[in-house]
Amino acid sequence: MSDQHLQARVASIIALGDDALVLGQRIGEWCGHAPTLELDLSLANLGLDLIGQATLFLNYAGELEGQGRNGDALAFRRDVYDFRNCLLVEQPNGDFGRTIVRQLLFSAYQRLLFESLAKSADSRLAEIAAKAVKEVSYHERLAADWVVRLGDGTEESHNRAKDGLAWNWRFVDELFAVDPAEAELLTAGLMVDRNALRAPWDRIIGTVLSDATLQIPPPVRGVVGGRTGRHSEHLGHMLSEMQFLQRAYPGASW
Amino acid sequence: MNAMVIDRADRIWAAIADVPDPEIPAITLLDLGVVRDVRVTSDGAGEILITPTYTGCPATIAIHAMVRTALDDAGLGDVQIRSILSPPWTTDWISDEGRAKLRAYGIAPPERGDGRGSLKEEGPAVCPQCNSSNTVEISRFGSTPCKALWKCQDCSEPFDRFKCI
Repeated sequence: MSDQHLQARVASIIALGDDALVLGQRIGEWCGHAPTLELDLSLANLGLDLIGQATLFLNYAGELEGQGRNGDALAFRRDVYDFRNCLLVEQPNGDFGRTIVRQLLFSAYQRLLFESLAKSADSRLAEIAAKAVKEVSYHERLAADWVVRLGDGTEESHNRAKDGLAWNWRFVDELFAVDPAEAELLTAGLMVDRNALRAPWDRIIGTVLSDATLQIPPPVRGVVGGRTGRHSEHLGHMLSEMQFLQRAYPGASW
Repeated sequence: MNAMVIDRADRIWAAIADVPDPEIPAITLLDLGVVRDVRVTSDGAGEILITPTYTGCPATIAIHAMVRTALDDAGLGDVQIRSILSPPWTTDWISDEGRAKLRAYGIAPPERGDGRGSLKEEGPAVCPQCNSSNTVEISRFGSTPCKALWKCQDCSEPFDRFKCI
């Protein structure tokens, strides 16, 4: 395996892990603050699933890289510019409407991605995806139910869901963007062509939004940059909290 | 040699037979179906293959620690514990005995096979207290990742339902 090929593989797996890690951390912020106890439990469990996925992806990326970094080292000792998550997952939670719309957009994407990834020629990625896709189906269903409930609810809840959709929509294009460095990985059947997921994703989201009496937002210029390390200011703030302990006391364990 | 290998494997199975699930102590790890295999390795020591229920389930660490303790207590400290992901755990692997124990403990056991992946369209849970099917879902996520929260409309008791995955 050439160095370049290995680097591309490691980078693409880190991106999978970072998406899960950052969104898991974000959703965890709802713990103790969600609108109802049931939602509090749901969001915490969902975040837990995502952190579990992140652990598997990042540990694997560290093994492949062979530089002695494990999942913890990648999560807690990288700087903001080295993170490869998409911009959608790092955005502040906003209100519950914005959070749950983001979850629908992301979970529908992640389910389609993992269904394809479960057929990857990389057997380790395939088994992680085959396991995680079962959990993600639950996330998608929970989010879809709530988007319909809010959208087809009161005037207030409808407007909150609509605002949440409008806010999140600019980050959607990045989910499906294919990094040119991944071309070789796609040929080798190691990674998924995200571009091909857009059409089925549009159908899924279209159906949920229609049930929710919400309109698909008009096209916007997509904001991209996360996959190349150009993040919004929000990620740095999140990491400063998340990484505090390992920054203040390097190597601390219990 | 073969007899020795079988004897060794039997000893390992026996050593971990009563280890309870850390979050649902009414059932054992074997009832739950997370212990996938016991193999006697070429050095004669052996290894246990364990699969997690959910990727992020915090009980995974406790499960490994408890299996380790049980092995140590049985004088099998040289047996390795290995975590595997494939094939992914499914609630179909919960034994019939495990299902009966769950019900007695107050948790509605998961449906088999066809119920998987279609929870939304799936029928109501059967109340583990009064056996009524007049039940409603309160929350899709319950006290642990593997359970949903339901309520019986007849006896008014809330209860956990094991999710089908």
